[in-house]
Amino acid sequence: MADFVQTLMTALAIGSLYALIALGYTMVYGILKFINFAHSDIVVLGSWISYSLAIKILPVLGLNPHNPETPPPLWVGAVVLLLSMVICGLIGFVIERLAYKPLRRAARLNVLITAIGVSLLLQNVGQLTFVFGSSPQKMPSLIQDRELIRLAFSSGENAQVVVVGLVDVMIFVTSAVLMLVLEYLVFRTKLGTAMRAVSYNPDSASLMGVPVDRVVSFTFVLGSALAAAAGFLFVLKYPTVQQPAHFIWVLLGLKAFVAAVIGGIGNVRGAVLGGFVIAFVEQFGAFYISPNYKDVYVFALLIMILLVRPTGLLGSPLQEKV
Amino acid sequence: MTNSASKPTAASPVLPQITDHSRIGIFQGLWPFAIGIILAALMYAILPNAIGQYYSRIVIDIGIAMIMAVSLNIVNGLTGQFSIGHAGFMTLGGYAAGMITYYGSLLLWDSQAKHGGFLGAGDWMFVASCLVGGLVAAAAGYLVGLPSLRLRGDYLAIVTLGFGEILRVVLQNTGKVLEDSAALRSAKWSQLIPPPVGGALGFDAIPKYTNLFWVYVFLTFTVVIAYRLKQSSLGRAMISVREDEIASQAMGVNVARYKVLAFVLAAFFAGIAGGLFAHESGLNISPNDAGFQRSFDYVIMTVLGGRGSITGVMLAAMILTALPEVLRDFEQYRLIVFALLLIIMMLVRPQGLFGIKEIWQIWPGTGRRTAS
Amino acid sequence: MHSRKLAFGNLMKLLRSFAVTGCGLVLVVLAIGGCNKTATDSNEILIGHYASLTGSQATFGNATDTAVHMAVEEINAAGGINGKKMRLITYDDKGDKREAGTTVTRLITKDKVVAVLGEVASGLSLAAAPICQENGVPMLSPSSTNPKVTKVGDMIFRCCFIDPFQGAVCARFAVEHPKLKAKTAAILYDQSAPYSVGLQEEFEKAFVKLKGEIVLKQTYQEGDQDFSAQLTAIRGSKPDVIFIPGYYTEVGSIAVQARKLGIETPMLGGDGWESPKLGEVAGKAFNGCYYSNHYSSQDPNPRIQDFIKKYKAKYNETPEAMAALGYDATYILAEAIKRAKSLSGKDIAAEIAKTKDFDGVTGKITIDADRNAVKAAVMLEMKDGVATYVSTIQPGM
Repeated sequence: MADFVQTLMTALAIGSLYALIALGYTMVYGILKFINFAHSDIVVLGSWISYSLAIKILPVLGLNPHNPETPPPLWVGAVVLLLSMVICGLIGFVIERLAYKPLRRAARLNVLITAIGVSLLLQNVGQLTFVFGSSPQKMPSLIQDRELIRLAFSSGENAQVVVVGLVDVMIFVTSAVLMLVLEYLVFRTKLGTAMRAVSYNPDSASLMGVPVDRVVSFTFVLGSALAAAAGFLFVLKYPTVQQPAHFIWVLLGLKAFVAAVIGGIGNVRGAVLGGFVIAFVEQFGAFYISPNYKDVYVFALLIMILLVRPTGLLGSPLQEKV
Repeated sequence: MTNSASKPTAASPVLPQITDHSRIGIFQGLWPFAIGIILAALMYAILPNAIGQYYSRIVIDIGIAMIMAVSLNIVNGLTGQFSIGHAGFMTLGGYAAGMITYYGSLLLWDSQAKHGGFLGAGDWMFVASCLVGGLVAAAAGYLVGLPSLRLRGDYLAIVTLGFGEILRVVLQNTGKVLEDSAALRSAKWSQLIPPPVGGALGFDAIPKYTNLFWVYVFLTFTVVIAYRLKQSSLGRAMISVREDEIASQAMGVNVARYKVLAFVLAAFFAGIAGGLFAHESGLNISPNDAGFQRSFDYVIMTVLGGRGSITGVMLAAMILTALPEVLRDFEQYRLIVFALLLIIMMLVRPQGLFGIKEIWQIWPGTGRRTAS
Repeated sequence: MHSRKLAFGNLMKLLRSFAVTGCGLVLVVLAIGGCNKTATDSNEILIGHYASLTGSQATFGNATDTAVHMAVEEINAAGGINGKKMRLITYDDKGDKREAGTTVTRLITKDKVVAVLGEVASGLSLAAAPICQENGVPMLSPSSTNPKVTKVGDMIFRCCFIDPFQGAVCARFAVEHPKLKAKTAAILYDQSAPYSVGLQEEFEKAFVKLKGEIVLKQTYQEGDQDFSAQLTAIRGSKPDVIFIPGYYTEVGSIAVQARKLGIETPMLGGDGWESPKLGEVAGKAFNGCYYSNHYSSQDPNPRIQDFIKKYKAKYNETPEAMAALGYDATYILAEAIKRAKSLSGKDIAAEIAKTKDFDGVTGKITIDADRNAVKAAVMLEMKDGVATYVSTIQPGM
C-alpha cells in the first residue's frame, strides 16, 4: 500500500510536468497543424536559463551558488521562474517569426522538417562551450525540500512511510495554477476566442478581422513560457541539468508529445489528461512490471490508442480546439 | 498490378515514356547490375591500395549511407509519408544478419572468425545473412506500415519514431552473447529467448565481412531497383499517393497498399544496410543505433537531396557522410551548419536540391522528359 | 523491340549516374585529402588520442585529454623522447562507436601515429581495438575496465584495474567493513552502459562467493532522472547495502531520491562515481556511502600531491581519477617508446608489456601477461560531499 501511494505521488509530480510541456505541443498543433519538434528544446533552454540565472543571482545575495548552506528566500525562485518564462517566450516569438512564419502556406511536412532543423540548431548552439557547454551541471537548490506530509502505513516492525516533499507539492501546485490560467485565457478571454477561431479556420478568422499572425505569435510565446516553466520545475526536482543535446531532453519532449496525442492533439484539456495518463502508465509499469521497459509502455500505449481512437481520448473534430 | 498506368497503345503518343517504363520489370535487363558488380570489384581491387584504409572506410560508410538514404527515399520521397525510424529497420536487420553469421560460423566452423577468403564460404554466408536481415526488417516494415492505413503525416512519423525507441529498449534487454560453439550447443531454450545478442553491450563479436565490393554490389541493387521502381507504374502510383491521396484513391489507386508496400521495400533495403553495418570492422552494432538520432541523419539526407530524386539523395548522403571528416577540426559547429542548411533549404528550396529530378535531368540541354 | 531501345537509353542514364557518383566520390576523397595534411616531421613522434570530448560522457573524455596534454608538455619540456618531441593528435569520438572506429582508423592510417591512447568507456575501446590490432599499432586504454578490451589481441593494453578485481574489492569491502558487515545486497545498475552491466556481474559473483545474498536487482538507463520506482522496490527488499555501479551523473540523483524515500541504507559504487560534481549534486545525501577508485586526491604521497598541484595550477580544478589515469598512461607509453629499439608497433608493444612497478599517480603499475595493469584500488567514503580516503586494497588479496 505504501508503495502504491508512493508511486502515485511520483506519477502526479511527473504527470504535471508532462502536462505542462504537452500544452505547448497541443496549442501549436491546434493552430498551425504541425508538430513543433523544437518545443522540447525550449524546455531545455528553460532549465539552462534557470540554472544560469540562479548561479548569477545567488552570489549577489552572498550565498554560495553551488551548495547554498541556507536556502535563499522564496522570491528568488519566483524571479528565476518568471525571468526564464519571459526569455523563453521571447525566443519562441523569434523562432516563429524567422523559421515558421515564411512557411505559413507551405506543405506541413516542410514545416515539420524546419522544426527538426530548429531543434538541432538549438541543441547544438546550446552545447557550444561559450553558451551552456557540454557537461552536466548541478542546479543550486532554490527551494529547500522538506517533509510536508508523512503518511504511515501499518505499524510496528514493517511500518512504511510515504513522505510528500515540498518540491513535489510545489511542482503540482505551480503547474495546476498555470494550467488554470491557460484555461481561463483560452476559454474566457477575447484573445482565447481569437485563438480558437484561428484554430478552427485561419482564413475565415482572418476575414472576420482576427489578426492571425499576432495570434499565432502569441500562441508561441505562451507555449514557450509554459515550456520554460516546465524546464524550471524539472531541474528543481531533478537537479542534474543535463547538457542541451542529451537525448533525455528529446525523450522528455517525445513523451510530452505522446501525452498530447493521447489526449487528443489540439485539445487543451486533453493534453493535461494525456500527461497524467502517460505518467501513470510509465510509473506504475516501472514499479509493477519492470523498469527496464519504461519507454516501451509509453510508446506501446500511444500506438494502441492511435489504432483504436486516432484522434486521441478527448479529440474529435467537433470539439473546440485551440 | 493496378490499372493506374495507361495501357501501351499506339493511340497515346503523348505519353510514350510512361507506357514504356511500365513495361520494364524491376529485374528486366541485367546490364546495370553487371556493370555495378564490375565497378564494385574494381573498387575493391584498386581503392584500398590507392587511397589507404582511412579513405576506403569513408567510402564504405558513404555506400551504406547511400543505401539508407535511397531506401528511405522510397517512403519519404516517392510516397510522401514521413518515417523517422529508419535506423530502427537498419539495426533490426543488422542484428538478424549478425546472429546468422556469428552463430552460423560457430555451428559450421566452430569459430567465430572470418571464414574463407574473397567470395569464399564465409562471404556467401554473409551475403545470405544480409538478405535475411533485409527480410526480417521488411517484416517489421510491414508491421510499422500497417498503422499508416489509419494514420497520416505527423502521427505516422511519431509511430515510426516509437518503433525505433521500442526496439532500442527491447534490444537492451537481450541476453549475453554465447562465447563458443560448445556453449551454443548446450544452450537451453531459456538462454535463446530473448536472443543472445549482447544486450546493452552491443553485439561485439560479429565477424567483419563488410568490404567495398559487397557494399557497392548491394548499393547497385538498391539504386537500380529504386530507379526502376520510380519509373514503373508502381512508382507512379506511389507518387500519386504523395501528390494527392484522395485524388489517387478516386483514380483507383489502392492508397493503403502502396503505403505499406513502400514501407516494406524501404525496410528491406535498410535491413541489408544494417547487415553491412553490423559486419563493418571497428563497429559493434548496439541498441543505441536504433534510436532516433541516427534516423535523423538519414532524414536530413533525403530532405537535402530532394524528396524523390535518387541521385540527389545519393549526393546528399555522400556529402553529409564525408563532410564531418573534412570538418573534423570544426567539430562543434558541424551540426549547427547542418541544422541551418535544413532550415534554409526549407525556406528557399523546400523540394530539396534536385526535387524529384535526377541529376541528368537538370543538366542543361537534356530537357525535361519526365513529369516532376 | 521498341522497349529494348528505351532500356538501352535507361542504361545510358544509369551509366551516367554511376559516372557522376564515381566522380563525386573521387572529389570528396580529394577534398578530404587536400584539406588537412598532417606535416610529418622526422623529429616528432606522433601519438594519437581518441576521447569523448562531447556527448554524455564528455567530462571523462575532457579530463583524460587535459591530463594527457599536460603529460606530453612535461615530457617535451624535459627533452622529449630520445631527443624527439612527442606530438599529440586528439580526435573527438562523441561517445559514438562508429566515430571511434573512424577516428582511430584516421589516426593510424592517415596521421600514421605510432601508438594510440584511449578510450575511457569500454564499449568504445572495444569498437576501436580491433583496428589497432589489425594494423599492428599498440593501443593503451587509460581507464576501460571491462575485461574484454585487452582480449582483442596482443597490441591492446590498459593501465587500470579490471572489473573482476573492482567487483571483488567492492564485495569484500561490503562484507568486511565494520560499518557495513553486509549479508544482503540490492543492485541498481545502468543497463545501457557496458561498464555498469559488467561490474554488477562481477560484484554479484564475488558477493555470493563470500556467502552474501543478492536480494534484488533493478535497472535504469543512462539519462534517467527519476528512480522512484526502482528505489521503492529496493526499499521493500531491505538490503544491508545497495550496490550502484553507475556513472556519477545518475548516481547523484539516485542518492538524493533514496534519502527522500527514507532509505538510509549505505550505498556502494565503482570508479564511475568519481567526479567533483558528485558531491555537488548529492551533498549530505551521500554520507556513509563508499566507492572504489584508482586513486585518492587526499593521498599524502608526494607524487600524487605534486600532480594535483601542477594540474590545479594549470586548470584550476582538482583532477579526477580519469585525469590521473590519462597522465599515467601517457608516461607509460612515453617510457616504452624510449626503451623500444624502433618506432614499430611491435617493438613498442613489447616494451609496454615489460612495464614493471611503474611509479604512477594511480599507484605502482605492472602490466601482466593478459596486458592488464596489476595495481591496487582505493576505497573512498563520501563525507559531506567530499570523497575521503578509507583504505587501499592490494591486488591478489
